[in-house]
Amino acid sequence: MAGTAATGAGPRHHILTVLVENKAGVLARVSSLFARRGFNIYSLAVAPTDDERFSRITIVVDVESSPLEQVTKQLFKLINVVKISELDPADAVEREMMMVTVNAEPGTRGQVIELVDVFQGRIVDVGHSELTVELAGPPSKLDDFEDLMRAYGISALQRTGRVALPRLERQAQRLPNTGIRSLGKVG
Amino acid sequence: MKLNGGQALIKSLEMEGVEVMFGLPGGAILPVYDPIIDSPIRHILVRHEQGAGHMAEGYAHATGRPGVAMVTSGPGATNIVTPLADAMMDSIPMVVITGQVPSAAIGTDAFQECDIIGVTRSVTKHNELITSAQDIPRVIHEAFHIATTGRPGPVLVDIPKDIVDPNNPNSAMDWYWPDSVDLPGYKPTVKGHPRMIREAAKLISEAQRPVIYAGGGILKARAAEALRELAELTGISVVTTLMARGAFPDSHPLCLGMPGMHGNYTAITSMQQSDLLIALGSRFDDRVTGKVGAFAPGAKIIHVDVDPAELGKVRRPDVPIVGDCKAVIEELIKEVRQLQATAAESGGIAQPDRAPWDAQLKQWQAQFPLHYDQGWNEGDALKPQFCIEMLRDNSPEDTIVVSGVGQHQMWSSQFWRFNHPYTWINSGGLGTMGFAVPAAVGAKVGMPGRTVWAIDGDGCFQMTAQELVTASAERIPVKVAILNNAYLGMVRQWQELFYEERYSEVYLSPDLPDYKMWAEAMGCVGMRVEHPDEVVPAIEKANSIDDRPVVIDFRVDWTEKVYPMVAAGTSNDNVILGPEMGEGGH
Ligand SMILES: Cc1ncc(C[n+]2csc(CCOP(=O)(O)OP(=O)(O)O)c2C)c(N)n1
Ligand SMILES: [Mg+2]
Repeated sequence: MAGTAATGAGPRHHILTVLVENKAGVLARVSSLFARRGFNIYSLAVAPTDDERFSRITIVVDVESSPLEQVTKQLFKLINVVKISELDPADAVEREMMMVTVNAEPGTRGQVIELVDVFQGRIVDVGHSELTVELAGPPSKLDDFEDLMRAYGISALQRTGRVALPRLERQAQRLPNTGIRSLGKVG
Repeated sequence: MKLNGGQALIKSLEMEGVEVMFGLPGGAILPVYDPIIDSPIRHILVRHEQGAGHMAEGYAHATGRPGVAMVTSGPGATNIVTPLADAMMDSIPMVVITGQVPSAAIGTDAFQECDIIGVTRSVTKHNELITSAQDIPRVIHEAFHIATTGRPGPVLVDIPKDIVDPNNPNSAMDWYWPDSVDLPGYKPTVKGHPRMIREAAKLISEAQRPVIYAGGGILKARAAEALRELAELTGISVVTTLMARGAFPDSHPLCLGMPGMHGNYTAITSMQQSDLLIALGSRFDDRVTGKVGAFAPGAKIIHVDVDPAELGKVRRPDVPIVGDCKAVIEELIKEVRQLQATAAESGGIAQPDRAPWDAQLKQWQAQFPLHYDQGWNEGDALKPQFCIEMLRDNSPEDTIVVSGVGQHQMWSSQFWRFNHPYTWINSGGLGTMGFAVPAAVGAKVGMPGRTVWAIDGDGCFQMTAQELVTASAERIPVKVAILNNAYLGMVRQWQELFYEERYSEVYLSPDLPDYKMWAEAMGCVGMRVEHPDEVVPAIEKANSIDDRPVVIDFRVDWTEKVYPMVAAGTSNDNVILGPEMGEGGH
């Protein structure tokens, strides 16, 4: 699937959300731990939380769970890491945003606008022969859109990397399972 | 009270109870050196910053208190990277303070600028750049807290010059001392999980061939007494790893000694054949396990460690217990007592009959002792093991032994009899040549009443010998025994066994340098010993000198190899007992 290649996150990908102290150098500490184990980070998004002392890092990696367990344990050891949760992709809502500047000559412009509509994107900038489109949604939807736009010619593209939250309960009979496995700090 | 940052830094160290620090000044750290003149803290001026780091480590090893080193920016900071990595590997509490160029110059490739925070990120437990003079007491207090709690380790604090320089307004601060630390992401677990401890006690009560696998964590947790109580209560024998020598007395009937690549046959084989390994503060290092897939195949594992990342890193435990070794062992003892009491009440037996296993261990010990042959005929070479045994037998019982890295280290760990905790100091995890001399100096500073012997290799000695100048100048009377085999002996051994005796770049020469003259030039007493019958008199003389360092150059047999040996990457079932067994161990 082209989409898998685009995000790099295969079916076994893991989503870690890491709550860290909002201090200089923390991102470098976190990412270098992955590098040290030879793990490729497919996407990484950082943003402040509602508490200004902390930031949340959402990391997507594609590794077997057992080496990942070692990495998360090593992450815990970082003094500035407060909490780590591992989200199972099956139990998570994942979203990503993309901006893409696509070729839209008068002859193809209509088709591009139609596809933007179908994907519920928004045109955020218009040039003589190009359009810039904003699209948010599940990463796979972004992959598909990117794939379609490639046919027209992409001149610039940026994706934010995904953010994720656990899926909420709906079925009454289901056991309490938030889909979020809090690895906490031991103790 | 108004202070400048430099004063605040030294005062913070005083508040932490620091009595001695090791270092060497330079441009960026100059303002912090000024208040040292007025401080009760003793500063020991080293000759190379690596020496300061290893001295701080030796001090911490010997005393259990954090070692402190202070160096300047750039080259001063990079020179102390090796000791940081060493302390990280061996979980040694240490606080290193580095000068940094002024805040405004950071990132401009200023003179003696180095991003030491970036460089040392992976070799410190934590590091931090202080950005404001007002933060100094808080960050120093946090640094000591982090270095000494949980799994101990090195912490580096980087201090830009402007915040400590009284001529700079950035250095002004209002003095305070924090009464607590606020580290939301750092809460080490001390107490083990009660259910896991019960589970562990149950496994112990069922095991037929249990072995306690004691690691350096026992010493870090100051749990040697608890360990002894557990061993005696359960009658379970104990192996002590390279980092745990002395954590359980070698003279104890339940002591099996050191396992691992150069461990003794009984220690290695008892683990291989055990049905329960009780790993206490040990980390299944590759030098202990040999080929992991073939390690102790029939053993269930109880693994106690204060660092959760160690549990399951190498071998998945049946009963993982996160917690401080001392606290967990004490709880475990209560649980075992409880089980024994219950068994006694119901007229049952507390545990299976372990007599056959104990007999097996005794038989191996009798059959496969460590051995070497010191010949006494004219022309017979002096054996390094003999030198170590004579040192052992002619020095006080509680002598602190510090070693370098190589053959001499393995022989020291094998042939000394460690009957007290904190009498064996070496570089286990990183294997840092040059560790011995400065670490011995640090140990002696921390334990001035004790005899401290560094047993060093000729190669190692040449890496950090200059710290004997420090020792002479500061009147720190350490003693150094160089087991001079004229080679990078351990590497030579591997070339002999695994590279068809093709000796590539391992020859050093027995008399270049002249160690006796070199020692004397550094203010020490220098001696040379070439024959077995000179050994004891030289040691006796060395032990009688207490006003300056002593160096003995023991010219030992360069052909001697360390046995037993399990070749790297092979199974611990293939213990090579000696040269007669061939090289591959099959
Ligand atoms: C800093 C450093 N460089 C290289 C090595 C690799 N190494 C391990 S043991 C050894 C030989 C040590 O020689 P020596 O000090 O003479 O001890 P011996 O083995 O001869 O007793 C070497 C080079 C090391 N451990 N540390
Ligand atoms: Mg040598």
